[in-house]
Amino acid sequence: MPSAFRTCPATGRRIHLGAELLVKANAVVAVVSLLIGAIAALLLVLTRWQAVHLLPAEWYYRILGVHGMNMLIFFIIYFEMAVLWFCCTALLNSRPAAPRLGWVSFGLMFAGAALVEWMQWSGRADVLFTSYPPLKADPLFYLGVILFAVGALTVVGLFFATLVIAKREKTYEGSVPLVVYGAITAAIIAVITLLHGALIYIPTFLWSLGIIPEVDPEIYRMIWWGLGHSSQQINVAAMVAVWYMLAGLTVGGVVLNEKVSRSAFVLYVLFISMASAHHLLVDPGFGPAWKIVNTSYFMYMAVLASMIHGFTVPAGMELGMRLRGYTDGLFGWLRRAPWGDPGFSGMVLSVIIFGFVGGITGVTIGTEQINIIAHNTLRIPGHFHATVVSGTAMAFMAATYYLLPLVFRRKVAFWGAARWQPYLFSLGMLLLSMGMTFAGSFGVPRRHWDISFSQAPFDVQFNPAVDLVLAVMGIGGIMAVTGALLFIAIAVKSVFFGEPVGEWKTGTYVPGIPPGITNPPVHAANVDEINERLHGGRGFPGPTPGTMVLVFVFLGAFMVYYFTNWKLLSQLWRLG
Amino acid sequence: MLTKVHTGLDPVPGIWWKPAHRAEKVWVAIAFAWCMVLFAMMPLWHWKGGQNPSGVRTRVEPKAFLARTQAFANQYKVDTDRGVPVVAPPPGSEVYLTAMTYQWYPILKLVNGKTYRLHLSALDVNHGFSLYPVNVNLQIVPGYDYALEVTPNATGDFRIICNEFCGIGHHTMVGRVIVTDDAGNTLSDNRSARLGGVP
Ligand SMILES: [Cu+2]
Repeated sequence: MPSAFRTCPATGRRIHLGAELLVKANAVVAVVSLLIGAIAALLLVLTRWQAVHLLPAEWYYRILGVHGMNMLIFFIIYFEMAVLWFCCTALLNSRPAAPRLGWVSFGLMFAGAALVEWMQWSGRADVLFTSYPPLKADPLFYLGVILFAVGALTVVGLFFATLVIAKREKTYEGSVPLVVYGAITAAIIAVITLLHGALIYIPTFLWSLGIIPEVDPEIYRMIWWGLGHSSQQINVAAMVAVWYMLAGLTVGGVVLNEKVSRSAFVLYVLFISMASAHHLLVDPGFGPAWKIVNTSYFMYMAVLASMIHGFTVPAGMELGMRLRGYTDGLFGWLRRAPWGDPGFSGMVLSVIIFGFVGGITGVTIGTEQINIIAHNTLRIPGHFHATVVSGTAMAFMAATYYLLPLVFRRKVAFWGAARWQPYLFSLGMLLLSMGMTFAGSFGVPRRHWDISFSQAPFDVQFNPAVDLVLAVMGIGGIMAVTGALLFIAIAVKSVFFGEPVGEWKTGTYVPGIPPGITNPPVHAANVDEINERLHGGRGFPGPTPGTMVLVFVFLGAFMVYYFTNWKLLSQLWRLG
Repeated sequence: MLTKVHTGLDPVPGIWWKPAHRAEKVWVAIAFAWCMVLFAMMPLWHWKGGQNPSGVRTRVEPKAFLARTQAFANQYKVDTDRGVPVVAPPPGSEVYLTAMTYQWYPILKLVNGKTYRLHLSALDVNHGFSLYPVNVNLQIVPGYDYALEVTPNATGDFRIICNEFCGIGHHTMVGRVIVTDDAGNTLSDNRSARLGGVP
């Protein structure tokens, strides 16, 4: 009988062939969803750019729903399923638990996604991504979502079962790696999230069939956002795990302190359960005490967790570089980093834009009173495109450049283009997010077909600056979609028509294989000694002074943005 | 003793619960202090600030709310614009505004610097109240009466944009609020009102 495992020539890990097939299948469907979502994105951005105004109203709203489901649910969750399978098998040298059931759940998710696509494209679910009742879709739409969620929940269960197998069969020594630990937190949050999904979609499904007379629209909003926002926390945990993974692979980034990084992951689990409150800050169903407590739990510990990772990830890279001898000045380690490796540049861009744009805007507009000047304006999509797309999707793309040679054993196709894809995509997304954020601050609504209000009974004149920022949004959107399509072309060509990785001599540069694989960032034999030396006798800035400077720049930007918003709020009508 | 140098991909042998370096401790402490500021600003603004989304919130039958709004409109009607009554309630009174696909009913005429209690609700589905160009945004949920005390701080001819998707005609749903000075002048100078601002 042939062995169920192969040995990875690059990393020396034992990789289970059946598990690898599951990783591949989920990743491929993720990319297909990304393609549908990206085409939808192009149509949407060319409609919201009022000077172009491409789609008719009906199709604008329909495609908006398609874009939301494909990007936020299908692409992201399929990719996360691939990440979960990869972490619990390849990173732990383990076999997967019940691979057949793994395929059943893959099939369930596929059937659910197909049902949703069918309902949306045929105009039987024009209720957008959030499907707030009393807006009603065809029952098959809700059924599709439920099937998808059940499939995903089963995969999460298999992930935990595989962890038990790996532990029992002693396929690794000591505690699981930090990256797997991050994936575990993502999986725990996924359970919480998917349970919220079941709790709200099952009654809504029954209501659409006429079995239940009504679904309270406010209670729906509360529980639905337990799914909608918590699922973003899965993305954050998975993304941070990918950051740690790529930091290790590309520059030999180390874990400064396991206690600090792991505690930060635990904070994600403990402090997100009612994250839905961020979406209900100007809702009539809840009082101020409920809103304040449930957005912050008095302490904003989930924000603290992200601020900790925002330090430990770059600091780990800085220390990793310094340990390898790049010690000149404050930022020598950054200058000498492999900026031409898309796995590295994509990950760094993800960290920067997620933190500086997504994080700062999110915490600010998620403040009870500041939400008054942000709720349902374009500031909201401006924020979450910086987190989910520039952050999570970019990190997943960067990871793909490493998964292609490591899992699919193919060279990265169009290598020259792949090297600048992260820059194109990130710059485009940055412009899009900024354009949306500024337009929103002028009061431009989200989810709106026509801000020239040509068919409205009363005229609305926006500040002329709005035309300019919407053009910035449009150009950024086109750049980002081009970057996404380029990524898809690279992924599809590599997987289906790619050149096998073949053999290489360690330390050489091979076009098509990220340098972190052919020339791995190994540490010297006496690295622990060097580490002791770097840790000792440097006083406050510690072994990573460059990162210390960067995080204070971040904190300064955060404070300025946050208090500017309070200032703007104070100029409004009195309201209470 | 430091943990052996390793990346996030390596399993960690032995006990990983080890003291952090001072630099990390300092950052965690500063980040935590900042999080406390983020929290404290919210209760502080309830106490000292002028803009809070609290109000008085009650459940209401959507049809009953519409009937209440119609009675209110008939009581204080002063004019009609495009078939919608223009309503000028006395300062300090209860004011009603109903959102329905795809209309805001009625048009309100308020006096600058005077306080009203504005009741918001929806007849059918969720709508979004977005006062333009002041940029006050509130969620309108059917079955819930959201009553907020409002005090205009500028005269002008304002718009209410619906900013929650409510159906295929969502983008045509625009309402009107007029704010006059004490003498009742409808000096509609929106330039004096803020045209939106920095993010
Ligand atoms: Cu509406």
